Amino acid sequence: MKANCWYGKRDVRVEDVPDPTILNPRDAVIRITSSAICGSDLHLYNGLIPTMQAGDILGHEFMGEVVETGSRVDNLQIGDRVVVPFPIACGSCFFCQSKLFSLCENSNPNAWMAEKMWGHSPCGIFGYSHMLGGYAGGQAEYVRVPYADVNHIKIPEGVDDEKALFLSDILPTGYMAAEACGIQKGETVAVWGCGPVGQFAIASAFLLGAGRVIGIDRFPYRLRMAREQCGAEVLNYEEVDVYEALRDMTGGRGPDACIDAVGMEGHLPGLLGAYDRVKQALMLETDRPPVLRQALLCVRGGGTVSVAGVYGGLLDKIPFGAVVNKALTIKSGQTHVQRYMQPLLERIVAGEIDPSFVVTHRMSLDEAPEGYETFLHKQDECMKVVLEPGRTTDGNGRAVSGFTGPY
Amino acid sequence: MSAMQAATHPAGPLPGARIGRSYGAESGSRPADSSLASGLGWFSIGLGLTEVAAPRALSRFLGLDDHRHLIRAMGVREIASGLGILSALPRPAGWLWTRVAGDALDIGLLLAALGYTSKPGRVLTALAAVGGVTAVDALTGDRLTRRSDSDAAAATGASSIDLIESVGVMPGPSEAYAFWRRLENLPLFMEHLESVTQTDGERSHWVARGPAGKRVEWDAEITRDQPGEEISWSSVEGSQVVTAGSVRFVREPAGRGTLVELRMRYSPPLGVVGALAAKVLGEDPESQIKEGLRRFKQMLETGEIPTTEGQPSGRKRERLAALRRHEEQRRLEQGVGL
Repeated sequence: MKANCWYGKRDVRVEDVPDPTILNPRDAVIRITSSAICGSDLHLYNGLIPTMQAGDILGHEFMGEVVETGSRVDNLQIGDRVVVPFPIACGSCFFCQSKLFSLCENSNPNAWMAEKMWGHSPCGIFGYSHMLGGYAGGQAEYVRVPYADVNHIKIPEGVDDEKALFLSDILPTGYMAAEACGIQKGETVAVWGCGPVGQFAIASAFLLGAGRVIGIDRFPYRLRMAREQCGAEVLNYEEVDVYEALRDMTGGRGPDACIDAVGMEGHLPGLLGAYDRVKQALMLETDRPPVLRQALLCVRGGGTVSVAGVYGGLLDKIPFGAVVNKALTIKSGQTHVQRYMQPLLERIVAGEIDPSFVVTHRMSLDEAPEGYETFLHKQDECMKVVLEPGRTTDGNGRAVSGFTGPY
Repeated sequence: MSAMQAATHPAGPLPGARIGRSYGAESGSRPADSSLASGLGWFSIGLGLTEVAAPRALSRFLGLDDHRHLIRAMGVREIASGLGILSALPRPAGWLWTRVAGDALDIGLLLAALGYTSKPGRVLTALAAVGGVTAVDALTGDRLTRRSDSDAAAATGASSIDLIESVGVMPGPSEAYAFWRRLENLPLFMEHLESVTQTDGERSHWVARGPAGKRVEWDAEITRDQPGEEISWSSVEGSQVVTAGSVRFVREPAGRGTLVELRMRYSPPLGVVGALAAKVLGEDPESQIKEGLRRFKQMLETGEIPTTEGQPSGRKRERLAALRRHEEQRRLEQGVGL
């Protein structure tokens, strides 16, 4: 089959690789119909996530059709259309039983690596470094899904791929980030980063009762989407002082909750931004945290900072004094996707949510490297790239079936 | 520390099983020695800084000509000793001996200085002070050295190794016990075991891969069997491998299933040297046991052990394999006239 493989910093290539097979009794193999590039894939693309190996297959936001099941998968049929959550959960350990699926104790075969880094290991994740399991990802024609009886949600006929696909990651991620804010009716929430997760966090904050949501970014097209599609007020941090602006907008008190939907590659104009870039390049810090710093300073006393963006290691100069002296709550975590898929699918089916508005680019799997470049450099107002392995360009942009392999 | 002391009797009974382990204080760390060593470390740094910062004043004080380079060098040596001691706490024995060596050097230089100083009284006072400090250094160094020797002897001198690991599993104690009690299951999660065969109710035959792929076999018998609570076993007399183990199953509160605690004692086939070599090769028993318990949990909770072995990747070997398969398929298809 064809698969998009990582070979190093800014080097991904679509290669012919063997087809996946059933390796364990609870596995299934899925023929992928849609697979997205995630903002967190750009951290891999930029070479910032340790324990990647040349040749690893990328991709953790995907859906498709079941083509093979292991002997112990009894709730899936060949041909079922499913979305697969990015965190791999066993369903039976202490954390899965507590609905903290992304902390599954059993799904990471390389748990010892993560234990060295973080003390304990979270779950395994598709296509996201060997420290998180080294599982082959879903930017491919086929993928093997471990514990497939737990890690799927069936998508009814009549719901398009584009509406269902983001149940795999970014829709629940934005939702969980907003839910973590414990929003009281009418409260104000500020959201750093108006990429797809930021957009869904804004929409979810309104859904959960926020009176005002303020979106912060530097790309006018992203701010426009936040304003027009999600109803946010917006701030361009290259034009205004965010701290001052948020004070002015909230009577000097600050937003009730702040969401960091940026993570480890935050940008900051000026000297401090250069300082973080130098430190990261010299490996004196692994993550650039300007957004987290700013959120901690901006949020009101007793407020919540909810971190949806990915951080991986060591951060420098975090104003922790603000956490203690302003009595803040910090919430974070890889998304417990399995917890949110069913209720969110119901809202999609009912027509209350249509997450497909973030899709700006549809490409064939072969065009994945181009997709990464476009997304990284925010060319062509790129918001979200969806790869369709079944799509080959026939010159007229018509989808032509291009599958290879035994199924 | 009871486990360590018991280790001097390799095949003896395991120390009374109790959940949780004891850390630190019992392992023979006498706080007084450590804080004395810490004081000596800071003293080194203080003296060293004085020597580096004011070598001329020091020369004058001792009634000597300007020896500022020599005194600065001595200062640097003092600081290095001090930093070494502080960073190696609570076991700085080696660094303390560098202080003793430095003291000897100081005494030698002061004795030489006696010959031509203009203020012999001050040099004599300095000699007395250094002599006193040397005594303290040597005493502390000696006590710390003896202690780390005896720790090492307790841990390895008797050629036996003790391990305690635990893991939490969701199924209840009786289910966890039953899975373990079928000794044939052990190689499913203990990777260094090739097979365990129950020969009769109590006795079993064990085959394992030792260090460097060497095959080792022994017979063991169950010495204690409390259904749903505990299983203990030990190798029978005259075995090639001397080993004893015990696993306890304790119900956890608040619906958290079972705490499984494994205690193992064994004598590595090639002795302590073999154990060290195994550690270097990443085959050390501690991580084997830890990973083994993790797999026990995975088998018990999910019925399988997660793996990525055999999955596709874009690495060269696998891409070539894929290419060969495609070629073969094409040939086959052509062969049957498709």
